[in-house]
Amino acid sequence: MSLLKEPDFGTPERPGEATVSVEVDGLAVTVPQGTSVLRAAALAGVDVPKLCATDSLEAFGSCRLCVVEIDGRKGTPASCTTPVAEGMRVRTQTPRVAKLRQGVMELYLSDHPLDCLTCPANGDCELQDMAGVVGLRQVRYGYEGENHLAAEKDVSNPYFDFDPSKCIVCSRCVRACGEVQGTFALTIEGRGFDSKVSPGAGELFQDSECVSCGACVQACPTATLQERSVVDLGMPTRSVVTTCAYCGVGCSFKAELRGDELVRMVPYKDGGANEGHSCVKGRFAFGYATHPDRVMKPMVREKTTDPWREVEWDEAIATVATKLRDIQQRYGPGSIGAISSSRCTNEEVYVLQKMVRAAFGNNNVDTCARVCHSPTGYGLKQTFGESAGTQDFRSVARADVIMVIGANPTDAHPVFASRMKRRLREGADLIVIDPRRIDLVRSPHIEAAHHLQLKPSTNVAVINALAHVVVTEGLADNSFVAARCEGFEEWAEFVARPENSPEATEPITGVPAGELRAAARLYAQAPNGAIYYGLGVTEHSQGSTMVMGMANLAMACGNVGREGVGVNPLRGQNNVQGSCDMGSFPHEFTGYRHVADDTVRTVFENLWGRELLPKPGLRIPNMFDAAIDGDFRGLFVQGEDIAQSDPNLNHVTAALSSMELVVVQDLFLNETAKFAHVLLPGASFLEKDGTFTNAERRVNRVRAVMPPKTGKHEWQIICDLATAMGYPMAYDHPRQIMDEIAQVTPTFQGVSYELLDKLGSVQWPCNADAPEGTPTMHVDDFTRGKGRFVVTNYVPTDERTTSRFPLVLTTGRILSQYNVGAQTRRTGNVAWHAEDVLEVHPHDAEVRGIGDGDTVRLASRVGETTLRACVSDRMPPGVVYTTFHHPVTGANVVTTEISDWATNCPEYKVTAVQVALVHPLEAAATGAAEDDRLAVRD
Amino acid sequence: MTTSVSAVSTEATISRIVAAQHGRRGPLLEILHAVQAELGHVPDEAIAQLARELNLSRADVHGVVSFYHDFRREPAGRTTVRICRAEACQAVGADALVTHAHERLGIPPGRTTADGAVTVEQVFCLGNCALGPSVQVDGETLGRMTAERLGTLLDEAVSS
Repeated sequence: MSLLKEPDFGTPERPGEATVSVEVDGLAVTVPQGTSVLRAAALAGVDVPKLCATDSLEAFGSCRLCVVEIDGRKGTPASCTTPVAEGMRVRTQTPRVAKLRQGVMELYLSDHPLDCLTCPANGDCELQDMAGVVGLRQVRYGYEGENHLAAEKDVSNPYFDFDPSKCIVCSRCVRACGEVQGTFALTIEGRGFDSKVSPGAGELFQDSECVSCGACVQACPTATLQERSVVDLGMPTRSVVTTCAYCGVGCSFKAELRGDELVRMVPYKDGGANEGHSCVKGRFAFGYATHPDRVMKPMVREKTTDPWREVEWDEAIATVATKLRDIQQRYGPGSIGAISSSRCTNEEVYVLQKMVRAAFGNNNVDTCARVCHSPTGYGLKQTFGESAGTQDFRSVARADVIMVIGANPTDAHPVFASRMKRRLREGADLIVIDPRRIDLVRSPHIEAAHHLQLKPSTNVAVINALAHVVVTEGLADNSFVAARCEGFEEWAEFVARPENSPEATEPITGVPAGELRAAARLYAQAPNGAIYYGLGVTEHSQGSTMVMGMANLAMACGNVGREGVGVNPLRGQNNVQGSCDMGSFPHEFTGYRHVADDTVRTVFENLWGRELLPKPGLRIPNMFDAAIDGDFRGLFVQGEDIAQSDPNLNHVTAALSSMELVVVQDLFLNETAKFAHVLLPGASFLEKDGTFTNAERRVNRVRAVMPPKTGKHEWQIICDLATAMGYPMAYDHPRQIMDEIAQVTPTFQGVSYELLDKLGSVQWPCNADAPEGTPTMHVDDFTRGKGRFVVTNYVPTDERTTSRFPLVLTTGRILSQYNVGAQTRRTGNVAWHAEDVLEVHPHDAEVRGIGDGDTVRLASRVGETTLRACVSDRMPPGVVYTTFHHPVTGANVVTTEISDWATNCPEYKVTAVQVALVHPLEAAATGAAEDDRLAVRD
Repeated sequence: MTTSVSAVSTEATISRIVAAQHGRRGPLLEILHAVQAELGHVPDEAIAQLARELNLSRADVHGVVSFYHDFRREPAGRTTVRICRAEACQAVGADALVTHAHERLGIPPGRTTADGAVTVEQVFCLGNCALGPSVQVDGETLGRMTAERLGTLLDEAVSS
């Protein structure tokens, strides 16, 4: 398709029942009350000239270009700031307004460089367009006077330039930074002729509070804020609408190309998840797709000590098939398995688990969701009956109290965080439950009402205490509970016990009882209370318990089943919801149906033509244990770097080293590939056709922007491998895979590419009952019928601090980097986060003689690593924090194999550690060695 | 050490001023006035501190401070002379006063003499139009100003 230009209605939609009918240039139009004249005109098909207005921002009324005449009213009001009134007759083209507009344009152009033909925005510039629209033929003021044409360019940001000489001071960037992104990094400095856009307090963009989300670039009507890629490559000529492959928000983007070269990613206004907003990763960090490190040809080697040998696809696939079958012959059908990736499409994951169940003939398939949100699947299924979040993202705009537990949305889910922050600025109250003082606790214009700074691993004690207050203070929603839930009495009796009171749990959790009581009352008494949570909930030995604890609390307060409420996981990876939906777990087919269910299994057996095992297969940690025991000999790893992301890395690498065949399908020679015998090059999301399902169950289309650089689609690789193993699998196009998914999965019954192309996206369940999907779940009934209260006993983790390991390590993420960093480390994003650092409380740092920036040794009972210290009071004393974006840090060398009791999700968030200063000389030596390793890798 | 002592006291002063406005809605302007009243100007380091303490962005604070010319970013001279250049005063010779001051002191409006004696500023209307041209010396408004009288005032200021 050619370049997709989205309509701009000038001012935001004003949803509402009441309507007003007006006439614009003789055209009748009926619009919701409160709509601006500018928007009403646009809806009537009349474009009124404008510069400072755009429909992502509230009207500002500064450019004076959208002036109109209204019958019976004096003057020439700005149509952007004038709301419609019944019977209004508007004239947008009169000699009077034409003269005014020309006068305004003359003033703008008298201080604007006349370099349109060589300007990077040539062809995509609203100022240029408006000069044409208003019929400008002269600039009477001349260009000799004082002007801003010599203003210096700011090129400090790695992705966009700021050229103030082209600025018309419309404030769109400043407003976008505040209204849309919620960062407020920009302002207009000075006044009158001296007015100019200033990042921070007259700083460079890179030194300011800017988070490089791109909202200002998106809002800029001129070339003042321009993507560097457009400056370098020129204007794109065609667009492909697709879905971002970073986090679980699942933003829709227009990939804009020039020929077959991707010039820029532009957030898509029709995207259900993001509605035109973006973050630094999705908007700018796509350079990894063309990074020279990409592996383009299949490679094999006999031993992991041998050099890699490039081979053709046929040979690579034949090698894998032969070796896998050979292992099965010698060690039995259960001696091989596969791990699916939450980075891959639904279709790719579906064919992978199909290959395992039908071609491998076992259920040894697991997914990387094992190490992140498996407790979500378990806990929400047990209580609500469906392994997914209850709301769409838009729902947060109706919440009155927002509870964020163990999640850091501004870093890990930035586009959703912007929605949340907007609602908080509108007046919703915020409760943060997190050991770390995340940015949401207090950042410009946002402040949490309560920050319950609990000790890591005491989540369940906190949630029980919150429930205790609700039950004992009579705050439960009894009519909701009576009508819709079961098991309340037993649960209420449990949480009401004295040992669950805030006062009794305070010594365990470290949360002051008074503060906790106040938070509980705030949540329970809110008209709409919504819970959002992340890996700080799930990655614990009681991860599943905590998920059920939150579900209990939400049900007790009647906060399920409508907009503005719910229990919502913020999913880490782009398709973690989808990979779980697609039957990636060893015990479940698609749609979370157990393999032991004969009815379900028969459906698959009939379609696939193979007898399937009713017994669940191995989970990832079981695979590792069995590998070390010698029973598990071959593993296919789809796009996941288990040798960096999984806990207790020494154990993982021992397992990988024990296997006869490790097959890695990835874009890069990742850490796991060091243990691999075959590397099958993967395709980036830009080369894929398929679907991703985001954290709100939204199935979004991924459309190939370019053909696979490796010559083969990832779903084709799997099909070829299954076929080579004697189980023919073939599809012409991923749409056929989705058709098969719909055929066998009740929640996906209505999903097809035709529907997705028509609606843009759809939230499952999508079937005969909900042909256009389900934004809010459990509206009248829970999926399981009655919502079930589950008693959630607090059990302390086995991971205890001792005199040898007196500190607790918890891990997290940073905005500019993504997961193990395989992608983001290969982009300009390294400008923000060149290394992982260890945050240490000043008190803990002082007693160890550690200063800010010192190199420290971080040791747990399973391993140790070195990294740089950052002295910070974001953590309470006794707790240290780091990220795991860089392999040299090896944060997971120290994390342990303790895991969730129900799902084996590792307890990444709690590791007993010691931190010690590394002598500067030793640090210098280590640092040099690390630099060498980095140089080799990158 | 003097610097660090003054840095500490600047920070403490600003914190005290912020604390005094605690709980008020949109207190930034009041606080900026108080900071200038106590410190004589709004120093650069105040921007980040005010942003932090009021939970605003640095850009927010910078936008407000830079919008109002009355908030000075550097200490003023011992005497501040403001010359009105609004329409009414211009019509009765204000520009000549500006030129006179410039020649007499060697600095344009908006600057302070090198010895720190006098700051000359231009303002736009002192509300004394009927008696223009008007000048304000350390807050005292003087009407019907002449070059001669201004010269005397400046001489006094320089030698003060």
